[in-house]
Amino acid sequence: MVDVTPADAVPPAEVGEVELYHPHSWWTKYVFSQDAKVIAIQYSATATSIGLVALVLSWLMRLQLGFPGTFDFITPEAYYQFITVHGMIMVIYLLTALFLGGFGNYLIPLMVGARDMVFPYVNMLSYWIYLLAVLVLVSSFFAPGGPTGAGWTLYPPQAIMSGTPGGQDWGIILMLSSLILFIIGFTMGGLNYVVTVLQGRTRGMTLMRLPLTVWGIFTATVMALLAFPALFVACVMMLLDRMLGTSFFMPAIVEMGEQLQHNGGSPILFQHLFWFFGHPEVYIVALPAFGIVSDLISTHARKNIFGYRMMVWAIIAIGALSFVVWAHHMYVSGMNPYFGFFFATTTLIIAVPTAIKVYNWVLTLWRGDIHLTIPMLFALAFIVTFVNGGLTGLFLGNVVVDVPLSDTMFVVAHFHMVMGVAPILVIFGAIYHWYPKVTGRLLDETLGRFHFWVTFVGAYLIFFPMHYLGLMGVPRRYAELTDMTIMTESAHHLNSFISIMAFIVGFAQMVFLFNLIWSIRHGREAGGNPWRATTLEWQTPQTPPAHGNFGKELPIVYRWAYDYSVPGAKEDFIPQNVPGAFAPSREPA
Amino acid sequence: MTETTLTHTGQLDRPKGWRGITADWSSDQRAFKNVSWGKAMMWIFLLSDTFIFGCFLLSYMTARMSTRVPWPNPSEVFALRIGGSEIPLILIAIMTFVLISSSGTMAMAVNFGYRRDRRKTAILMLLTAALGATFVGMQAFEWTKLITEGVRPWGNPWGAAQFGSCFFMITGFHGTHVTIGVIFLIIVARKVWRGDFDIGRPGFFTSRRGRYENVEIMGLYWHFVDLVWVFIFAFFYLW
Repeated sequence: MVDVTPADAVPPAEVGEVELYHPHSWWTKYVFSQDAKVIAIQYSATATSIGLVALVLSWLMRLQLGFPGTFDFITPEAYYQFITVHGMIMVIYLLTALFLGGFGNYLIPLMVGARDMVFPYVNMLSYWIYLLAVLVLVSSFFAPGGPTGAGWTLYPPQAIMSGTPGGQDWGIILMLSSLILFIIGFTMGGLNYVVTVLQGRTRGMTLMRLPLTVWGIFTATVMALLAFPALFVACVMMLLDRMLGTSFFMPAIVEMGEQLQHNGGSPILFQHLFWFFGHPEVYIVALPAFGIVSDLISTHARKNIFGYRMMVWAIIAIGALSFVVWAHHMYVSGMNPYFGFFFATTTLIIAVPTAIKVYNWVLTLWRGDIHLTIPMLFALAFIVTFVNGGLTGLFLGNVVVDVPLSDTMFVVAHFHMVMGVAPILVIFGAIYHWYPKVTGRLLDETLGRFHFWVTFVGAYLIFFPMHYLGLMGVPRRYAELTDMTIMTESAHHLNSFISIMAFIVGFAQMVFLFNLIWSIRHGREAGGNPWRATTLEWQTPQTPPAHGNFGKELPIVYRWAYDYSVPGAKEDFIPQNVPGAFAPSREPA
Repeated sequence: MTETTLTHTGQLDRPKGWRGITADWSSDQRAFKNVSWGKAMMWIFLLSDTFIFGCFLLSYMTARMSTRVPWPNPSEVFALRIGGSEIPLILIAIMTFVLISSSGTMAMAVNFGYRRDRRKTAILMLLTAALGATFVGMQAFEWTKLITEGVRPWGNPWGAAQFGSCFFMITGFHGTHVTIGVIFLIIVARKVWRGDFDIGRPGFFTSRRGRYENVEIMGLYWHFVDLVWVFIFAFFYLW
């Protein structure tokens, strides 16, 4: 990691310049744009908009759980629809799309020193198909019967039966179609991200000089390209079950005293396919967050990331391992006990590379020059939250402990901490960090700190009590808990408390949105490199970067991305494109 | 797709074997030194598509192995009555032969493409497309025959309902791949015929200049579709 290369060691360019499509009208510049930066903003705006729908749905759920019986319009059917669409939007249409489509599109070409993605036209199609997928999902709210209420895992047989909202109406059909569209659109974008990282880097940018952000997004994209096929197949097969009456997932079943025509299918097969996608999906969301948070910590602690090489290998190891743990979501589904043993073991092994990453983040902070900027606050909050969520994962990864905790609020608390709150904290941190590059202005500091503290503390006040509820045995996905004996008076109070906190945290997000819009015109001027960061996106001639990113000449990379506080250097950071022999930037002994 | 000019690759002196692979991966600019963007993208797409077909076939095997009712015998179901005797799997044999042959004509088209032989390249690509279309046509015939015999996605006269479901789904998905391939073969053949790759005419949608390598990338897809058929043939018809 001592990469300080003399200028003549950089090999000559093997890659010719890309012929970029030059827009010549307002439409091709801002709407049907082939510029990855515009596509990134389109992706982010769409994901945020649909994310707001998910936020409102979570409010509606909390209204029902916190104050049962008060709101007549929240029927049990509506509650299930809220749960399903909230989960689906958050996991796929918000987190996946924002990390890979949003941050991936904006940061990959800039960080690897490319003019654009390798195939901008395909990249543009990717966004428009994603938008179509979102619109199909939204349309299910207006379809007869409303959206599907099958739960975000869409388990058959109930997902396509008449007892489930949307099961025999349009809901499930639109949901599955939307997912299929999303996967097609994502594949177009994902191929671009992977090929750009592998084959489109600038001179001197070796794989081991890539910022960890790019490593995280790259690995997550590769995983998505291999995991989404399973979901695609599951969606196609369930669509056939629902529309043509096949029996891939449907066993012989009696509904309302009537024998359905299905026969001989396997609901467990769906679970295997779904979780072969579903578990990697957790890391598809987490790995970009890991990468981004590494860069935030290093930049705002003015110190090189500790153990860069191990960080890269940990990302790759997590990515690989996440493909062999899926059945830990199925301990109560009825599997051979030896399977449970195998999957519990692999699940716990993932803790090793993950722990390496956490230790390295902490060791990067150790004796660093920590600037408590808003991105740094969010990064620190992420580490704490991720560790907390990860620790409850140890409970749920063990078969014997998981069985009693399965389908309780404990599980809800666990996955919200580890793959809900934690990645979203990183998204916020990343937006505060890169907003100046996108707009040229900083987000408002006071509003930002308000947003951070309410979100961080509020998220804990929401999800920590849920662990307790879960240990008491309060089940998840129940629309109405009032008559259950386990629901003591105090548990009801706790539920109301969680709900009030959820409204407050939701309100803080409105403040954040206001900040996003207000600061475009009124934020403080940021200049080209407000955080004094080393990576290439901060070294562009214009801010925001113009079409083609780097002006006439592509930058040449001479060093890794983490030359902060190098002894003997004039400044406390040396950008990646600065040549010259400085004292090697060793990790402190 | 003229994003690459591999001017220096011939002169770059890289170690052979594993050390060469390590050297390439730890170098700058590109991990695969002789691979253009388009070709890399096609390979990675095919890897992803492999997972799709893999999931389809695994689901089919799960259904077939876990069913408690008998699975229809493929040699009887897919037999044709020719000249008074039932010949098992004859249509599938011909279909497989046609598709594998089309891989041969495709490989020749790639060869002539790199020799800048516009005429032969275009003719061979169109021949490949014709063989592909023949395959899809015979598949349509096979579907029609089975449907008239009472095979439906939700059931059939001989046994497990999943037989029809898997058959129509998997061959349908593969047939869609072949059909898309035929369409793109015709598009690329037209470009070759018109000389687009000789004069570097920008693509209508992408505004990128095409090269004769596009013929090879098209070929990668086509060979993949053929290879997948071999697996479908083995696992569905011969099992």
